[in-house]
Amino acid sequence: MNTDRIEVDIKVPNQTRYLCLIGHIGENIALALKHYGGDREKLAYELNLVLTEAMANAILHANEGDPAREVHIEIGIVERNLTIRVYDHGQGFDIRRFAEPGHPLDEHGRGIYLIHSIMDQVSYHPSHDGHVLEMSKKLN
Amino acid sequence: MNLSIEQKGSVVLLAVHEERLDAHNSSELKNQMLKLFEEGKQNMIVDLQEVRFVDSSGLGALVSGFKNASSRNGCLKLSGLQLQVKSMFELTRLHRVFEIFADVDEALASFS
Repeated sequence: MNTDRIEVDIKVPNQTRYLCLIGHIGENIALALKHYGGDREKLAYELNLVLTEAMANAILHANEGDPAREVHIEIGIVERNLTIRVYDHGQGFDIRRFAEPGHPLDEHGRGIYLIHSIMDQVSYHPSHDGHVLEMSKKLN
Repeated sequence: MNLSIEQKGSVVLLAVHEERLDAHNSSELKNQMLKLFEEGKQNMIVDLQEVRFVDSSGLGALVSGFKNASSRNGCLKLSGLQLQVKSMFELTRLHRVFEIFADVDEALASFS
């Protein structure tokens, strides 16, 4: 097979202690890809960051920090297209509000901006019992 | 969170001994910095040489420390940023806010 085909489906408790686990999975996927022409270390940091930001967002905002809830994450690579979906159980929020960088001295609100600047496409829409943050990127 | 705090003349050196500064541990850093400012410290260096990964909440904690220092007529400076961590500051334009030094000695020298 000439291209990488990877599917990861993981559910973790709605707790920030698992951010490290999810971030490392993203990092390790970048390092393990058979075909990638870009800066692999940079991609590893970016996937770590995107997963950490998306999951922290689900934990702290959408799932309201409830430790009994769960975060569901899917990572897929097919034909050099990376798709990450992070499902939450929340009421949702207006993702467009955070697409641009805010004031440099704001303490919050950079996470979604960072995801937008790394991924090619980002959307947030209702899923069966909450919402899903869907992000995709072409890996060259 | 594993931090060390050392007084270097008029400057407090706070070194972060963690691989990651993220939404799991950044509030501890923020609170520790606030405690030091409330004790009367004004000038601080946060050394990040062991930190391989910073997310938006880690950046937010550092911004909080920066504002607390500035409001007390002091200054918070950073040292030892790894390459990918430094690019986070550039992506979020925070490299224009913070004074960033290659290592602790350079940061200390900038205060004298």
